[in-house]
Amino acid sequence: MSVTYLEAIKAAQDKALADDHRVFIYGQDVGNFGGAFKATEGLAQKYPGRVLDSPLSEDAIMGMAIGAAIEGARPIVEMQFADFSTCGLNQIINHAATLYYRTGVNCPIVVRLPSGGTPGGGPFHSQSMEALYAHYPGLFVVTPATVEDAYSMLLGALEIEDPVIFCEHKFLYNHLKADSLPTESLPIGKARIARPGRDATIVTHSAMLHEALAAAEEIAADGFQVEVVDLRSVKPLDTDTVLASVARTGRLLCVSEAFPWGSVCAEVIARVTAEGFGLLDAAPQRLNAKDTPIPYHPALWGTHRPTASAVASAARQLLKG
Amino acid sequence: MSEVVKARKSAGPDPGQQFVKAYRIMLSARVLEEKLAALYRAGKIKGGVFLGRGQEALSVSVGIHLHQGDIFAPLIRDQAGRMAFGDTILDTLRTYLGSSLGSMRGRDGNIHRGRPREGYYAMISHLGAMIPTVAGGLLARRFRGEHGVVGATCLGDGGTSTGAFHEGLNAAAVERLPLVVVVANNQYAYSTPNTRQFACADLVDKAIGYGVAGHKVDATDLEACLKTVGGAIAAARAGGGPQLIVGDLLRLVGHGEHDPGKYIDPKLRKQHVGRDCLEVAGAVIVEKGWATKEDLAQWRAEVKAEVNTTANRVSREPEPDPGEEDWCAVSNRELEDNFA
Ligand SMILES: Cc1ncc(C[n+]2csc(CCOP(=O)(O)OP(=O)(O)O)c2C)c(N)n1
Repeated sequence: MSVTYLEAIKAAQDKALADDHRVFIYGQDVGNFGGAFKATEGLAQKYPGRVLDSPLSEDAIMGMAIGAAIEGARPIVEMQFADFSTCGLNQIINHAATLYYRTGVNCPIVVRLPSGGTPGGGPFHSQSMEALYAHYPGLFVVTPATVEDAYSMLLGALEIEDPVIFCEHKFLYNHLKADSLPTESLPIGKARIARPGRDATIVTHSAMLHEALAAAEEIAADGFQVEVVDLRSVKPLDTDTVLASVARTGRLLCVSEAFPWGSVCAEVIARVTAEGFGLLDAAPQRLNAKDTPIPYHPALWGTHRPTASAVASAARQLLKG
Repeated sequence: MSEVVKARKSAGPDPGQQFVKAYRIMLSARVLEEKLAALYRAGKIKGGVFLGRGQEALSVSVGIHLHQGDIFAPLIRDQAGRMAFGDTILDTLRTYLGSSLGSMRGRDGNIHRGRPREGYYAMISHLGAMIPTVAGGLLARRFRGEHGVVGATCLGDGGTSTGAFHEGLNAAAVERLPLVVVVANNQYAYSTPNTRQFACADLVDKAIGYGVAGHKVDATDLEACLKTVGGAIAAARAGGGPQLIVGDLLRLVGHGEHDPGKYIDPKLRKQHVGRDCLEVAGAVIVEKGWATKEDLAQWRAEVKAEVNTTANRVSREPEPDPGEEDWCAVSNRELEDNFA
């Protein structure tokens, strides 16, 4: 048997609907159609009345989810593309994120954001919004990079009594495969050493994990062992695991697919320089997408986002420093 | 209390009794808000103060027709509706004065208070946002198999121009949820007059566009408000789907106590729409013989005394202590520890 990243997300939702009668799914085309990416395929038929097509109204979708959560339901919201979640931004950052702090009433919502770029996706179907949401107190932001994490972190997110922004990567949907779904997993909030090494640390998350692993493999041919840390969740950010890795290697490169200004990389580097300055043998570096909207043509897109070879060359620079 | 009211009370509910009950809540809201304004002028209130002067009849009619177990998401000018739904003079003063014993513990204030677990949702400032939120609450109630509940929320004419109003009403209509949206068309959104706010002939026409039942009411007339709002809430409760009510009135004060409201056209104050609903309702009570002028004055004096005593009590209560505050925005402390 083999399971894709997308199938893992569907399986987790299937399990959640089966195990917990409070769970329901709300979003555009998630019903009989099964979702734009088929992440809910078959679920409307299996759980009648609990997988609902919404109107094209991100603000209302989020507002409805918040009201339902106040009344004890466990909504899973599918945004058709992460990019469109900005139309529901007000409800997410001003309402869901503040509810518990203001009123003491929990807001257990999982918002699934099909995130990141694919060839031909262009400026409005490719964005990575994790830094934007992580900016706001009251939200958890997770970015699974593997099939196993996609499954276990979605189930984990549903157990959290607070709003969770679940950034699933579209490029990984059908690209990644695992032999089976996990029965045990690392909890949300813990980073993972995806590849051990001693000469430099690459901290990354989501689809960039795979570029970083390929880069580490390439550099191994030069005789350098690069450690790759998969953050898994952006908020909370597992600073301890990152610092421990930097303590072993003395060098840090942070890689993320998002725009550079105020990105996850900026946060990681700020923390490492503040808390682990003495561990560093060279200035920490970051590699992000370029600071332009995300281009449409695959040739441009492929250069806009960091690739394995771009990561490898940034790492080689760092190793020289 | 007049003999007539006493006699009617013992004879069971009747329209006069409901009218008088509504009037007394309106009066309490008015007197309480007068105190809030005075406290604001004395520099005793932490943030802004926003009054519902002139809007009590419409607002109280919403709160009074809701049952325990219903959902209510009031807005800025709904002190009367809040009190009809069970909010107290004590908690209002606690929230405005920043007592740590208030429902929001100093973390949020004034009009943003609520007790969501009791169906009394705490508004966010962003106008329109509570419409889909109440709809979602009703959706969850439906999942639980609860029927016969209603969710109501209020907003102003300005609020009807937000995306959330359109998205929320449309989404609720698609699900045929028992949502009641009450628009207080008080002629101005902050300083912006209706002519710069919408170009349709009447706001109630918006209901047609969503497949929602629309109702219009003279919101200076308590009896009309009780009838129209009561009817719309009953229709929603009976499965008639979302209801939109538009009440015409004039905001008799500025946007908040910081705003003298100089932009309000004085001609409007002389028109029917500019009548003070509290005075109008008081006159009806006297005219019908449900109470005397002296009774009305006595009721006012009673509330005033209660408000003053409560304000004095609250002013001695502890303010929130930054050292005691946990500064944690999520309930999951284990994950929160990783935030540091
Ligand atoms: C989305 C949004 N934009 C702007 C504001 C700032 N604001 C607060 S009240 C107000 C006027 C509201 O007018 P209306 O809806 O007619 O209600 P009224 O104050 O007249 O009762 C404005 C502009 C806000 N709260 N929310």
